[in-house]
Amino acid sequence: MTTTADRPSQEFKVVGSRPIRHDGVDKVLGRAQYGADLKLPGLIHGAVLRSPYAHAVIKKVDVSRAEAAPGVFAAITGDDMPVTGSKVVDMVEEVTNLKWSSQRVMAHGKAVYRGHPVAAVAAVDQNTALEALKLIEVEYEPLQAVISLEDAMKPDAVIIHDDLVGDHLGEKVSPTNVAEHTRTEFGDPEAAFAEAAHVLERTYTIARAHQGYIEPHSSTAFWSPDDKLSVWTTTQAPFGVRSNVATVLKLPLSDVRVVPMEIGGGFGGKIGLYMEPLAAMLSRKSGRPVKMTMDRKSVFDATGPGPGGQVTAKIGVDKDGKILAATADIRYMAGAYPGSSISAATAGIFACYKVPNVRIDAYDVVINMSKTAAYRAPGTPQATFASESLISELCETIGMDPMEFHLLNAAEEGTRRPDGPVFPRIGNVACMEAIRDSEHFSSDLEKSPDGKLRGRGLATGYWNGGGNRSSVTISVNDDGVVSMVEGNPDIGGTRTTLAMQAAEVFGLPAHDVHPTVADTDSVGYNDLTAGSRTTYASGQAAIEAARQVVEEIKKRMAMIWETEPENVEFEDSVFRNKVAPDQRLTFKEAAGKLGQTGGPVSKTGTVNVRGSGGGSFAAHLVDVEVDPETGKVQILRYTAAQDAGKAVHPSYVEGQFQGGAAQGIGWALNEEYYTSPDGVMQNSSFLDYRMPTALDLPMIDAIVVEVPNTNHPFGVRGIGETSIVPPAPAVGNAIADAIGTRLYQTPMNPSRIMEALANKRNGKNGH
Amino acid sequence: MHPFTYVAPRTLDEAVAVLEQHGERARPFAGGTDVLVQLRGGRFDLDAIVDLKGVPEATSLDLNGSLRIGAAVPCYRIYEDSAVAAAFPGLIDAASLIGGIQIQSRASLGGNLCNASPSADGICPLIVHSTVAVVQGPQGERRVPVEEFCTAPGVNVLGRGELLVALEVPAPARGFGAAYQRFIPRNEMDIAVAGVASALTLSDDGATIASGRIALAAVGPTPLFAAKASAFLAGKPATPETFAEAGEIASTEATPIGDMRGTAEHRIELVKVLTRRTLAIALGRAQSNR
Repeated sequence: MTTTADRPSQEFKVVGSRPIRHDGVDKVLGRAQYGADLKLPGLIHGAVLRSPYAHAVIKKVDVSRAEAAPGVFAAITGDDMPVTGSKVVDMVEEVTNLKWSSQRVMAHGKAVYRGHPVAAVAAVDQNTALEALKLIEVEYEPLQAVISLEDAMKPDAVIIHDDLVGDHLGEKVSPTNVAEHTRTEFGDPEAAFAEAAHVLERTYTIARAHQGYIEPHSSTAFWSPDDKLSVWTTTQAPFGVRSNVATVLKLPLSDVRVVPMEIGGGFGGKIGLYMEPLAAMLSRKSGRPVKMTMDRKSVFDATGPGPGGQVTAKIGVDKDGKILAATADIRYMAGAYPGSSISAATAGIFACYKVPNVRIDAYDVVINMSKTAAYRAPGTPQATFASESLISELCETIGMDPMEFHLLNAAEEGTRRPDGPVFPRIGNVACMEAIRDSEHFSSDLEKSPDGKLRGRGLATGYWNGGGNRSSVTISVNDDGVVSMVEGNPDIGGTRTTLAMQAAEVFGLPAHDVHPTVADTDSVGYNDLTAGSRTTYASGQAAIEAARQVVEEIKKRMAMIWETEPENVEFEDSVFRNKVAPDQRLTFKEAAGKLGQTGGPVSKTGTVNVRGSGGGSFAAHLVDVEVDPETGKVQILRYTAAQDAGKAVHPSYVEGQFQGGAAQGIGWALNEEYYTSPDGVMQNSSFLDYRMPTALDLPMIDAIVVEVPNTNHPFGVRGIGETSIVPPAPAVGNAIADAIGTRLYQTPMNPSRIMEALANKRNGKNGH
Repeated sequence: MHPFTYVAPRTLDEAVAVLEQHGERARPFAGGTDVLVQLRGGRFDLDAIVDLKGVPEATSLDLNGSLRIGAAVPCYRIYEDSAVAAAFPGLIDAASLIGGIQIQSRASLGGNLCNASPSADGICPLIVHSTVAVVQGPQGERRVPVEEFCTAPGVNVLGRGELLVALEVPAPARGFGAAYQRFIPRNEMDIAVAGVASALTLSDDGATIASGRIALAAVGPTPLFAAKASAFLAGKPATPETFAEAGEIASTEATPIGDMRGTAEHRIELVKVLTRRTLAIALGRAQSNR
């Protein structure tokens, strides 16, 4: 790892170190409790009957035989769901029609994606539940499935939701499959293109790709006879689940308690509701706690991957290669219900550049596949595949070095992002320079010894990161150790990164702060673990709580020393009386005196972090080798540089850079939903949904760039997501460099590479 | 999953009796790496699984010039036997390729054959080794050349009450060499997009091919014996040009479909490339076996 800091900033004791994670022992020893590990007295097991059709009217569902089977406790259908009426509500992560939120988790009258729940049963064990599903009689009337942009947007398209009213540039349109068409404009791109020395326009197709978390979804619910509902679930958003379950089941918010279980990967895919309301209804009917766990096929068929789609991008430059204008047309397939991150795509597609004239059209289109969800920098890798591939090809066309192009056009502090916000201090240029100065960049790409083709690719990426609401409670124990209660499920080591920020305030070792992720009844409100916000925003709540604790202990010390609190100072974990300097107590000594000076000290820090997460930029450099006889691509070398602001735990930061790069390489090379014309995913297993394995990746070199974030006391930026943005175009640019022709479609799998090579031999290009 | 009985016979006769009793509702069980996954995936229901791991004929591995591989012998026993590994490197190519370490400690070449997947890694190497499948049934024993064993995707020649007992691989002739390669987009954890096994026997001059056999995986409804390409090799010089031409001929014998694992066009190209590459490896092995 290389760390570059462009100015000496604060001195840190804990932040920037690499302690062993607090939850490490439990995870290594298999004691950590993931969703499916939960055991409760009287627990029974649920199973879901899913639609085999992507689009069908459900004429009849009869669960009577299943309900009567031995060992079966309860069965439910769409008729059992409390909410069926149309009503627009704010569901925390999205504003949506409540009817759809309810119907998405259980079909009512119509199945709109393959894997759509049609009925569910709960039985004494999982096998009995699965066997009982076979006794459910469903009468379907299959409809034509809409699974492409073309089919969804054509004038006589089959309409998926009769009650969908599209917002097309402010105009209400129905019937339609286009839920939203937005336009972002600034300046006069057409006039600028007319003046440009070079203009290039290309269209790119991006495949729908799943987060591929190892842990399948698992949810358990117990509906108590007093109508209090407890939910144990694998989620990134316990408070979001609480509110959404309450809304869908028409329960008072505070009668729902959500216990977040340890989470085996989420990447944005564990935010929305899936089986929680079904387990709750089965529990209500049976009087027992009900556990439901998906198999991998259901995870692929019926949860939310990132959207696929089509992006047309156009850039015009002057004779020196300076960008004059850029336009884009972004069309994402949201799945069966609206909501495919088109606004983030709009924000991200040209964010790395100064673009004086811009227009971005974006379309959110429904199709008959499961609704897409957030996937690490939602919407942005797809759009960036277009912009960064286009820029690479443009550089080839005008004979300009891509590094030079990036540095000439790079957005910096004060640059207006195409959709409006003006960047604060950012590390865009610093990341590019870190790559330029790396050993990787200055080393020559060696020729393959056996006739394979090698190439190098560069791409940048951006993700803004979120702030929002967090609460952290810190209590001081007599021995000077503090306990810290937080409400963000731990993804990527956030227990430790929050504890470290509190420990920094106290001047204590990281392990003297004991973090616990609590349920929704045991900690103040916290927004979800997503949007790269946890270390950044909840970290500020931890700092705030810790500072309040210090202030309170200062008052206690003032009592002991019979002075005013403002005379007590705290530095290097020691309280001192400024007036009588020999009066001093360490934090640990002071902690033992709280009982006699007014009782326990426990403070809650709450924040509502407004505006930008500071923005984290990245630049990735990759070398590939292509076997021209088979089309196989091997990643030879990979370097990822990204701005962390201040890396709280550098190992975790490096891990995030590497993990995002690994996922992005999967998008680039092999990952896709391979779907039949009737909307059935053919490769719904890890065998055929080809994510990269450890044997497919080199060690990814992570360069942590630190340009402090002015919005965080320690300069921290949210860093979890940007790393998935540059890999697909970087790999695509490297492949183009290797084989001398370009692919305009992900995944760039061996069959497509062979086709591109054949086209090249026949004098055809791919665009 | 439908409840089923687990039966662990000690003799072939017992195994045959149970299989005959249940017909299609019973299956032999060796490593279980296919049948258990298929049961859980709801591909079919069974009333009984018949574990062959207690049947001596199905669990022995005997090298005596020729090689007899019990149908339930897991892959690791084949590649960890240094004498077998030295004599049959073309089989080891497959035995060490199927699945990861855990799978190889359970999965058998016999099971791989009975599963009759067009993309099976184990079957083509058996074909080019002129392997014979020994089948036991209610009417006694019968012997089936491996290239005739699979009849359609997932379907084989076994009738009611029949089971595969062992695979008999003839002793490699002097100047014999074989190799198997598959193409996968990743470096592990994948099913072949296409696979080719090649074998050749050099004439006494060490430069001419006396006879050859080529078999193709994942480019037809079953693993295919490429008869024309095999016949073409006889009498030809063992040169890259010959191997390339054999690849061209083999590609005309392939009848691939396009699916999630690759396009038909890509598979045809892969047959050409892998035929060339495996023949070159087979030649090297043949030369060191003279």
